[in-house]
Amino acid sequence: MVKKRQNYDGIAVCAPVTIPYSRYSLRSAQWFCGRSIAELIKSAKIEKNDIDGFCISSFTLAPDSAVGLMQHAGVSPRWLDHIPMGGASGVVALRRAARAIQAGDAELIACIGADTNHVDTFRDTIATFSQFANDAVYPYGSGGPNSSFAFLTDYYMREFGVSREDFGKLCIAQRDNALPVAHAMMKKPLTMEQYLNARLIADPIRLFDCVMPCAGAEAFLVMSDERAQSLHIPYTTILSTIERHNAFPDDPVQFRGGWALDVDEFYSQAGIGPEDINFLQAYDDYPVICFMQIEDLGFCKKGEVANFLSDKDLTVNGNFPVNTSGGQLSVGQAGAGGGYLGVVETIRQLTQQTQGHQVEKAKHGLVSCFGMINYDRGLCTSAAILERG
Amino acid sequence: MTTLLPTPKRKDPVKRTRKPSNPPRQRSREAQGLAAMAASGRFALQVCQECSKVQYPPQQFCGSCLSDRLKWQDVGNGGKLLAETTLQHSNDIFFRDRLPWRLGIIVADAGPSIVVHLAEDCVQGDRVRMSLAIDRSGNAAITARPEKPIAREEDDLQLREMAFDPKDRRVLIVDGKTEIGLELAKAFTKAGARDIFVGHSQPWRASIHLDAIKAMDKTTTYPLDVTDTDSVEELAAMIGDKVEIMVNNSYHLRMGGVLDRFDINTSHDEMEIHYHGLMRLAAYFGPVMRSRGADGHHGASAWLNILSAYAWINNPLLGTYSASQAAALSLSQCLRTELADGGVRVVNTFIGPIEDEWYQLAPPPKLVPATVAKRIVESLQRGLEDIPIGAVAEEIIQRLAENPKEIERTIKL
Repeated sequence: MVKKRQNYDGIAVCAPVTIPYSRYSLRSAQWFCGRSIAELIKSAKIEKNDIDGFCISSFTLAPDSAVGLMQHAGVSPRWLDHIPMGGASGVVALRRAARAIQAGDAELIACIGADTNHVDTFRDTIATFSQFANDAVYPYGSGGPNSSFAFLTDYYMREFGVSREDFGKLCIAQRDNALPVAHAMMKKPLTMEQYLNARLIADPIRLFDCVMPCAGAEAFLVMSDERAQSLHIPYTTILSTIERHNAFPDDPVQFRGGWALDVDEFYSQAGIGPEDINFLQAYDDYPVICFMQIEDLGFCKKGEVANFLSDKDLTVNGNFPVNTSGGQLSVGQAGAGGGYLGVVETIRQLTQQTQGHQVEKAKHGLVSCFGMINYDRGLCTSAAILERG
Repeated sequence: MTTLLPTPKRKDPVKRTRKPSNPPRQRSREAQGLAAMAASGRFALQVCQECSKVQYPPQQFCGSCLSDRLKWQDVGNGGKLLAETTLQHSNDIFFRDRLPWRLGIIVADAGPSIVVHLAEDCVQGDRVRMSLAIDRSGNAAITARPEKPIAREEDDLQLREMAFDPKDRRVLIVDGKTEIGLELAKAFTKAGARDIFVGHSQPWRASIHLDAIKAMDKTTTYPLDVTDTDSVEELAAMIGDKVEIMVNNSYHLRMGGVLDRFDINTSHDEMEIHYHGLMRLAAYFGPVMRSRGADGHHGASAWLNILSAYAWINNPLLGTYSASQAAALSLSQCLRTELADGGVRVVNTFIGPIEDEWYQLAPPPKLVPATVAKRIVESLQRGLEDIPIGAVAEEIIQRLAENPKEIERTIKL
């Protein structure tokens, strides 16, 4: 008999924090983490030492790990996790922290995804990303994720009859969503013509299919709902989470992610279905991966996403709001911060802390994450459904 | 059909020559195994000895059954092109200088999905033929071409970076007085070399081979004595900046070992010609070749040494000759590293006894010079690095791998 997974009763997720992004920064990842801790404390009106657990994700902390950061910050947590899962880190941090609090191993956990971006950071990161990437991808044109996603996109478009216009619709809606968001890097409206005729990067991928690597941080707190109530801070609860690594290893090219493996359990734990979701924060380093998430998370069947989206308005006021702050495609990709962006935006939406991009009557938000192109595909997937507290 | 290779133009002395750069060099220890296969022209991947799963990228244990008994084995080089892209942007200088750059992902018949450098004629859904090549940084790289060879596929500019096709390149053949020298001149002419420079020493000694070379269209002959530093320097000053493929076929064979033929003079000559000769050529032609590694589509690309298979293991009947060949082989490894920064690769061919006057006493099988020349040009076209030519050389490799002490004790002509 399969043991039934415990629910996440009594857990509050709160205090959404974004350290404003910049294209390049002289600051270190340690600095962005430090700013995040300071902002979390300020936002929750707590003391530094009230935080007794940390969950850190960063590509650019090296040579430090989360451990070294504790000395930088002068804190003595009794629970510490370093999650090197790139884009999938945010939800993974959330579910690890929630379990630690349920178990009593910690009481108040700060989850932080932060990265800096010097002019050479991105190149250094992709040039030494993983053994398989060093051996079998980077020496082939050194395109970084662009070339891997070009394959995925090329294959997906042919296999499932998806057009560039379909992707364009999503990118344009996300840009609309970003317009009122102060920390979004890209705030000029995007037209379909601009999208379709943008500079070619690695066909079929063009400029507006790609995120802009930048420096910045995203962070939130996890604690008991009682604690959140006593602190008088608005919070969300967790209905369900999933996590999966290296799913479907026999697919010759990635056209689905681990979500497809776990989707039934995901909704059954939540006790609600896709039709009850008020908005979706889908990991969007490239639009093709958003399309996979919409399918794999059960909003429509595989191969039907273009048709599914044909009568959908993806903006915050639409009938299927996606990436309500503009996503990484408009806000920017602050390294591992990109994996936390969706969680932070979900908390903002459900606790009404948005900046003029509020989804009305939002009760359930789904956040989905994806990360780590180790060789030819992204290995990590995760997702969570949060509910207004 | 592959786009026609642009014909090389006369060099504009005002234009800056592009400096060499190399593709990313770092590889794991496991991936170096691929280089060994590529160097000898095999298409081999790691195969699990317990569950037969073919692994790629290279790793230390089986991705299926976790066994660590992985062995490099020849596997089918067929596959299907699943997706493709043309990079217009790269993070690496080598590729930036050469954009656009085509890539594909292949599902190999052998199992794994493989990211490849893609020939321009491959289209998504096509069957393709993969090869293991060596890129400009000296690492193994997998390329894919249409399953059936097409006309002029050697013109593909991108894949040309991973081979040393003589087409439209200028070749220096060091010694034109031997039959191999003549056959090389013929083979390079056939392969479309732009110019064939041929060296010759000892003007008092006539050679029918050199006479035949002089009668050919694309050849020019020059005095060149590799035992004379001034002679090498003089020729390098004259044509060094034009040599794109160096073929060092210095050859001086005399039978004999140590005890039964103690002859310092012969041994000295062998070392002068094979070892110091290589050193002199390297000193004067090497630097300029290294600086021209990225000089257009026809830049300097390969330094080929014709060595004897007895460079690997001393044959006491050719004792001092073998020793001088071993010295040359060792020096070529040094040169390989030193030329690598320019993207110029050192290629060594290893030949067994050939049909000539000096090998008169060696029993068959012996190599015909025309065969040697043909194999050399083919190997350059394929971009190989270590090339045994003929049954004797092949056998020596196998025997060395099986039991080096056995061959040491029993080797004969």
